[in-house]
Amino acid sequence: MRTLRYAEAVEDALAGAMARDPRIVIWGEDVELLRRNLLVRFGPGRVRSTPISESAFLAAGVTAAMAGLRPVVELMMIDFSAVAVDALVNHAAKIEVFSGGHWNVPLVLRAPCGAGYGDGGQHGQSLWGWLAHIPGLSVVVPSTPADAGALLLAALEHPGPVVFMEHKLLSDDWLDFLGACGRTTVSFDVPEAGVSGPVPDEWQSLPLGSAAVRRDGGDVTLVSLGVSVHRCLAAADELAARGISSTVIDLRSVAPLDRDTVVEHARRTGRVVVVDEDFREFGLSGEIAATLAEAGLSCSFARVCTDATTPYDRVREAAALPNVRRIVEAVDRLWN
Amino acid sequence: MTVDRFVLYRHMLRSRRFEEALNRLWQAGRISGEMHPSLGEEAIAAGVVTALEDGDALALEHRATAPLVVRGVDLFALMAEMLGRSDGLCGGAGGHMHLFSKEHLAASSGIVGAAGPAAVGFALAAERLSPAKVAVAFFGDGAMNQGMLLESLNLASAWKLPVLFVCKDNGWAITTRSASVTGGDLSERARAFGLDVEEVDGSDVVAVAKAAHTSVARLRRGRGPTFLRARCVHLEGHFLGDPMVRVLRRPVQEMQRIGEPLLASVARDDGAPMAERARGMLEITGRIGRFALDQTRRRRDPVARLRRQLARYGTRLDLLEREVEAEIEAVVARVAQPVAPLEPAPPVHAQHPEGRA
Repeated sequence: MRTLRYAEAVEDALAGAMARDPRIVIWGEDVELLRRNLLVRFGPGRVRSTPISESAFLAAGVTAAMAGLRPVVELMMIDFSAVAVDALVNHAAKIEVFSGGHWNVPLVLRAPCGAGYGDGGQHGQSLWGWLAHIPGLSVVVPSTPADAGALLLAALEHPGPVVFMEHKLLSDDWLDFLGACGRTTVSFDVPEAGVSGPVPDEWQSLPLGSAAVRRDGGDVTLVSLGVSVHRCLAAADELAARGISSTVIDLRSVAPLDRDTVVEHARRTGRVVVVDEDFREFGLSGEIAATLAEAGLSCSFARVCTDATTPYDRVREAAALPNVRRIVEAVDRLWN
Repeated sequence: MTVDRFVLYRHMLRSRRFEEALNRLWQAGRISGEMHPSLGEEAIAAGVVTALEDGDALALEHRATAPLVVRGVDLFALMAEMLGRSDGLCGGAGGHMHLFSKEHLAASSGIVGAAGPAAVGFALAAERLSPAKVAVAFFGDGAMNQGMLLESLNLASAWKLPVLFVCKDNGWAITTRSASVTGGDLSERARAFGLDVEEVDGSDVVAVAKAAHTSVARLRRGRGPTFLRARCVHLEGHFLGDPMVRVLRRPVQEMQRIGEPLLASVARDDGAPMAERARGMLEITGRIGRFALDQTRRRRDPVARLRRQLARYGTRLDLLEREVEAEIEAVVARVAQPVAPLEPAPPVHAQHPEGRA
């Protein structure tokens, strides 16, 4: 075992994969600077900065993948996928079906996501439910360094397109680049266990669509992913002090969704709270509710999500995002 | 047209001093997130925006401060917005990349290139609702590779819309050299779409103002869109805390932070052949070198440049500078105060004479 930061874990797993597989090529905005360690090891032919042309360079990733490369295309933020979403929605996600299953798109889109550092509502979205809505796209949101490395490998091994999201409060390189920008005068609610942690000496991929049970308890099931997993764990501590024992499920991927694990624990506890930093309506939290209903479960249910466009000012931003207080209040409401 | 250099200098200095104050607040941690200052672009903002009249629209990007200052947006509201205060321009909900002033028809966006289609829409509305009004799009050379902006050049040209596309060309797309990711010449691109093209030194406010006034006059006569390319230097890089600027200003600490993993990585035994690795190293050192070179061109600081021209009007200049400094200091002092409480709501019976509870 080693200890790596989240950002290091992703890079370490990616570097190992690049050393083994020359088909892996990286491109995206500023990657020659941001992935400089990979640039000097694998050369400019495999790590190249793009112009700010998201729709073209992401769409180019689709056919490059079809023609035999394993592109890892980077966007500077998942928000910018909105500029390039045609490549994902109309192409990457559909080629396999259109080709009668004969042609795959092994593309990885890597992008930081999430809010909590006061960058405004156009630079802190999650959008994973929006993307996972499209059949054919896998969407991965790791919450720890160990998962980040292992799921990046899984994304690279997957025969179809995978959106791999790194929360900016977990990936300290991104947080420094976009939030602190070299300052020591700003602070962020960063979950330590997500930013740095033990990782294996040799990376092994995890299957996509397998949730992790981070904590086991009998009274309520908290279903979450990304940074919110850490908020759930903190809330579970608080609830435990009041005699409520919580299960915390880390979904790890939105699509595929590990419905079995959610249903199993929901059946046991009879109470479910989905904690999802993505927007509340028409997304993951509703999908979980549908999953429970379709499984024939009748459990008490609540969700803690981002309800509207995130305000810029940090006080209101912190209140708008899923936080420990909101989670505890949502759990409390299940007993009322 | 006559150009009053004192008027232009006042605009530029207000923007400069305002953003210096923002910089201090940002450094102190009172402003969150990214901060893309217009430092170095003041001549472009002043030269272009003074060519506008009421009813003209501004489509802005993430570097929107200078045009809004010149346009006359209330400086307290602007600064309060950056601080996320409820008495800010957008109630603290927008932040520095999402600044909106409906009264000035000014809208900004943090999505690179979005100013292009935004200006087209403003111009389209002007054509129907307020003839002879124009729309201006401000964007950088990096945005000129964004599809929606190129599509906008075509749309404005095909529909002969009154759009002034202002390309603030500093040679960098975030931390990537534009030349390394751009095919052909930007002005030629605009010409190929059928736009009139003007090229100016963006640090020479008089040149910018003349070009902008001529272009805007043409727009008002319905002659179709113009592409104004103005070269400039960003004195603080892409944003405050730009990693390239950090390397130049704190070389020892930054090279330690960056250098150790870099050297460990280049020395790994599995990877590209040595020649490729050397090319990778050269890419990084060359980029830093080129950036350093650009930063030495501080004589292209537009504010200092105009000040040198005006230096002989010592008293008048002093007075102007003292006024601007006092204005900015007053704004800073005001934002140092807590948000003023809302006016107490009038008693219920005053709103509802019937006495409805």
